[in-house]
Amino acid sequence: MKLVDHNMTKHIFTHLDALESESIHIMREVAAECKNPALLFSGGKDSIVMLRIAEKAFRPAKFPFPLVHIDTEHNFPEVIATRDKLAADLGERLIVRSLEDSIARGTIVIKDLDKPRNPYQSVTLLETITEFGFDACMGGARRDEEKARAKERIFSFRDEFGQWDPKNQRPELWDIYNTRVHAGENIRVFPISNWTEMDIWEYIAREKLHIPCIYYAHKREVIRRGNALIPVSCLVQPKAGEIVETVSVRFRTVGDMTCTAPVESTAHTVEEIIAETATTRITERGATRMDDQTSDASMELRKKEGYF
Amino acid sequence: MSNATQLLRFITAGSVDDGKSTLIGRLLHDSKSIFEDQFSAISRTSEKRGMAAVDLSLLTDGLQAEREQGITIDVAYRYFATPKRKFIIGDTPGHEQYTRNMVTAASTANLAVILIDARKGVLTQTRRHSYLASLIGVPHIVLAVNKMDMVEYSKQRFEEIVGEYKRFAAQLNLHDVHCIPLSALDGDNVVEKSDAMDWYIGPTLLELLETVEIEHDVNTRDFRFPVQWVCRPQAQEYHDFRGFAGRIEAGDVSVGDEVTILPSGRSSKIKEIVTYDGHLQRAYAPQSVTLTLEDEIDISRGDMFVKAGGTTRCAQPAGSAIACDLASVAGSLGRMVNSSTGNVSEAHSLPAVAKEFEAMLCWLSETPLDKNRKYFVKHTTRTAKCLFSRIDYRVDVNTLERHPVAALNMNDIARVALKTQQPLVIDHYLDDHSTGSFIVIDEATNNTVAAGMIA
Ligand SMILES: Nc1nc2c(ncn2[C@@H]2O[C@H](COP(=O)(O)OP(=O)(O)O)[C@@H](O)[C@H]2O)c(=O)[nH]1
Repeated sequence: MKLVDHNMTKHIFTHLDALESESIHIMREVAAECKNPALLFSGGKDSIVMLRIAEKAFRPAKFPFPLVHIDTEHNFPEVIATRDKLAADLGERLIVRSLEDSIARGTIVIKDLDKPRNPYQSVTLLETITEFGFDACMGGARRDEEKARAKERIFSFRDEFGQWDPKNQRPELWDIYNTRVHAGENIRVFPISNWTEMDIWEYIAREKLHIPCIYYAHKREVIRRGNALIPVSCLVQPKAGEIVETVSVRFRTVGDMTCTAPVESTAHTVEEIIAETATTRITERGATRMDDQTSDASMELRKKEGYF
Repeated sequence: MSNATQLLRFITAGSVDDGKSTLIGRLLHDSKSIFEDQFSAISRTSEKRGMAAVDLSLLTDGLQAEREQGITIDVAYRYFATPKRKFIIGDTPGHEQYTRNMVTAASTANLAVILIDARKGVLTQTRRHSYLASLIGVPHIVLAVNKMDMVEYSKQRFEEIVGEYKRFAAQLNLHDVHCIPLSALDGDNVVEKSDAMDWYIGPTLLELLETVEIEHDVNTRDFRFPVQWVCRPQAQEYHDFRGFAGRIEAGDVSVGDEVTILPSGRSSKIKEIVTYDGHLQRAYAPQSVTLTLEDEIDISRGDMFVKAGGTTRCAQPAGSAIACDLASVAGSLGRMVNSSTGNVSEAHSLPAVAKEFEAMLCWLSETPLDKNRKYFVKHTTRTAKCLFSRIDYRVDVNTLERHPVAALNMNDIARVALKTQQPLVIDHYLDDHSTGSFIVIDEATNNTVAAGMIA
């Protein structure tokens, strides 16, 4: 939006300025109206953008909420390192709760040790919400990611079981957000709902944000399964007959090591990633998340179960 | 490169089968915003259904629950970009809950595309969509006359429809209406100019979306700053820092400006405009900033900063019966955003501080409005208990006729009078959307039950 002042000098308000201002506004509404909010922070690119927005919203004060990570213990070590470094550099409180805790408690029973653990994240998240009594959790999900997200509200309402009922969501008008909940209920808030993958990269470039190195092109041992490149790791080893190749790749998302596939790339800088993103012909999830491809509606099912 | 592009939000409105999904699919496809995996998914589905060509309308197919139960869950947001602009489409399915869905999507839109089937012309639904767009004050309208291929691309047919539409639209508060003949199915005049309609010399739909001027969609004259959050750092070095964080909803503010804080009416001067990226001399709507003042004044969330001086434009005597709705006052009041371009006086105006006011209301809930119950109204950053003291009339969105009513049901539009427990700092919606709008929350269920526009 270009804004004209009385002297008719032009102040350019770009789409990134508009998105940033909207996201700051949302976070401040949460801070002001929710009793005990938290910001979910994984060390991935979207949550790193969220941290910068929180700095813009609340500095020179500290964040009026802690950072929370639900760790599957299947994360890339580079991402965890970035998570810890950023939280420490900012001097903000980071709470980490692990799926292992839930497994030890017996609330999660894992049948297949090598399978993606994302489906179980909701259990530990709900347990963490109860432990700290959070009434609002801010997450970095975006509406452009997936069909089921396209109708997600910015303030998304969850019942006592953490469940999302697509038929019972509150209408959202202008930018007046209804944050009222009954005791035990909970809201998930998505301050960067309206950002696209491209906006995220452009913002990372503009703000010179530090992101985990695995977002940049690097040589990695992978196995080709179908169209996907599966990174070889302690959790994923080649099956009989599979060939391990070393390919120059980067990650577009950084989730569970067993199900996050990198894309072939030679982009070593954010600018090069932006150039690749501008010409890519595959959606972020289509390229990189095997767990959502199982069925057209798998994300929607997981959301109903309380997944972010 | 695209770092200096603007963001345009628009909605599409049309009756079932007018071609809305096809049009959105076409826009996404022809602007190269569809990814291969999305395209192959809809190709497979099209094939499975025995269709000869890929059905682009499948791109906007909804959620599983909708597919299974045939219900629609209001607004889906879609994103695409061209080198000139970024776009957010608020996609509203038709059907019964139409009013509620469209009002929701329109509330943040710069522009509404209203679809017409060229064979059918201006229908009741067209009038309804146009009235709602004018009620919500969507700044720009595109009348998309679709399926021109089915009327032999006839210029005469297009002009008939446009003529009829313009006669009807004259009764409404629509300022900027563009009419485009197109065929969503074949892509004529969507992204590419149509060879079949060389008589049409205007822009294609995408060209229009890329160029329509949106600078004046916000009120650039009357500074409004609702306090969202008070910033009091605990660190020693910021011992005396007291900042007021919020978003400038309208106008601009500079260091040294004399401001009044409402509703208290106390005044001070702007000391600093603090942002993470450094202090500013001047800031504009819709920037999010933190303001500090020269004087120590007791200020909390819900208070509003305005410029000192100025005249009260929104001089609505409390409880008075101004018998008009948004459509009919349009002529006399005009949009202040227009006057900011310089034709009218430059003096800024002040909001009203009121506990009683009138509004146009869109009822969104399945539970009807109950005049004996208390609700909450959330207006800017202030939430107050409220009562509905009167329902003046309901507007029939199809005929624009007014009917007296005792209760309001879902999708009803009505003129009402409200009383709030605390004073609100209000403008007419026509003058400033952000300080003239509110939502109504049910005290018992916490649901959002209505959207209001102060009139
Ligand atoms: N001939 C013709 N048919 C169209 C055009 N646009 C849409 N249709 C058809 O009209 C029907 C309804 O379109 P759809 O996009 O599903 O309508 P919606 O209900 O408004 O989303 C489908 O069979 C489309 O193929 C057009 O420009 N010309």
